[in-house]
Amino acid sequence: MTGLSERLAQLGRFGLEHVQSIGRSGVFLFLAIFSRAGFSNRFSLLTHQLYSIGVLSLLIVIMSGLFIGMVLALQGYNILIRYGSEGAVGQMVALSLLREMGPVVTGLLFAGRAGSALTAEIGLMKTTEQLSSLEMIGVDPLKRIIAPRFWAGVIAMPLLAAIFSLVGILGAAMVGIDWLGIYEGSFWSSMQSSVRLVNDIGNGMIKSLVFGFVVTWISVYQGYDAVPTSEGVSRATTRTVVYSSMAILGLDFILTAVMFGDL
Amino acid sequence: MSEASENFIEIRGLSFSRGNRAIFDNIDLTIPRGKVVGIMGPSGTGKTTLLRLIGRQLRADAGSIYVDGQNLDDLSREELFKARRKMGMLFQSGALFTDLSVFENVAFPIRIHTKLPEAMIRDIVFMKLEAVGLRGAWSLMPAELSGGMNRRVALARAIALDPAMVMYDEPFVGQDPIAMGVLVKLIRMLNESLGITSVVVSHDLHETASISDYLYLIADAGIIGQGAPDDLMNSTEPRVKQFMNGLSDGPVPFHYPAEDYRSALLGQEN
Repeated sequence: MTGLSERLAQLGRFGLEHVQSIGRSGVFLFLAIFSRAGFSNRFSLLTHQLYSIGVLSLLIVIMSGLFIGMVLALQGYNILIRYGSEGAVGQMVALSLLREMGPVVTGLLFAGRAGSALTAEIGLMKTTEQLSSLEMIGVDPLKRIIAPRFWAGVIAMPLLAAIFSLVGILGAAMVGIDWLGIYEGSFWSSMQSSVRLVNDIGNGMIKSLVFGFVVTWISVYQGYDAVPTSEGVSRATTRTVVYSSMAILGLDFILTAVMFGDL
Repeated sequence: MSEASENFIEIRGLSFSRGNRAIFDNIDLTIPRGKVVGIMGPSGTGKTTLLRLIGRQLRADAGSIYVDGQNLDDLSREELFKARRKMGMLFQSGALFTDLSVFENVAFPIRIHTKLPEAMIRDIVFMKLEAVGLRGAWSLMPAELSGGMNRRVALARAIALDPAMVMYDEPFVGQDPIAMGVLVKLIRMLNESLGITSVVVSHDLHETASISDYLYLIADAGIIGQGAPDDLMNSTEPRVKQFMNGLSDGPVPFHYPAEDYRSALLGQEN
């Protein structure tokens, strides 16, 4: 009986801790993004972060987009040729990239490349007392450190997803048209006639914006809340990648159900 | 002159605990304006915690802390950050910003809080670096400095805006004898020439005693002794005497609380 009540108590503690942590992260985000910055150089802080979060993630995003587009074209061609409709490869590739693969894969790459770096950077700043010394200099680290990183992530993610989809489509065109010999006119016209601006491109952008928001939020919060030891920072970095990936996949299902599921 | 303006920091009935362990239990402490006050005590007695409580980076469980007549608990987040500009703090690790050079680290608070022209910022930074003997290292990155140099740059940064009070957390650790001598003089000089109130947390007995006007000895979650350095040196209170003379035998235990040594080594079989 005591074993059971102990387990129940443990479960309760676990639940309470997690609810508290969600509450703390909400307050944290609110303070970071809804307070007046009060620095003259906030624009340069933001562009600096856009560079390290966005521009430096470009290579991995472009490479992945290219290969995924090429693979989609190959797979699509092999199936569609059986029905004589290989011209629809363009349509298939564009819709899968814009609606799903672009936001989701970019989100996962973004969490691995930029999210983990953010957590580790902020966690180490905490470990080496840099955040404390900012506080004592009279600068709010939420405004100075967290806010520019957060906004940079929210801005960079949809742009990266758009670049991913664009490069993927170009990769598919390269494989489909130049290598597999799909008729160029039908490749592009099938895409043109089926892709809708709001429903496909717009919804894809909304997805990537949501993923950018969530992944950056998780990353900066995990760094800020990390236990200030080497082990603590390593755990926080792992949590960032795990939580972000789960959040992206879970939210993707919900968003897809709302956008395309006729709910 | 009112009492509030005579004392820069007034702590009344302060209690703070971590988990079940009481760090401070109802302590009173006063730091007079313009004086150098040393806070000493064995390792792990919460000296650094006290500095963090004064800077309101930690919130006390009970009691009040007035800094320059202001209770920091009453301030909003925005006001608290403004109030901290009056305080400089030298962290134990230095805590320099690793992405900025030595020059930019010292210039950081000036750039943030003032609109001074670049030429003037440059002059101030070089003056502060000269004071800690590291003007020649202005272009280096923090990773290129030794631990002791790191802390001296951090000191230059802490005094960049000539704060009303500077808190030094173990300023003498890791300094060679020459740098140590200079630092001791520097802390005293800053205090005398600029009237900066200084709080020095340290367990370097002689250095701290030599520059302090007043000393507090902290142990066992309370203040075990206070007074002018000479009075404490001659104190007959056993715990104060043990600490001031560096004796291993006395009422303050050298060992962290532990189970019986014999049974830990031999097991519980007997």
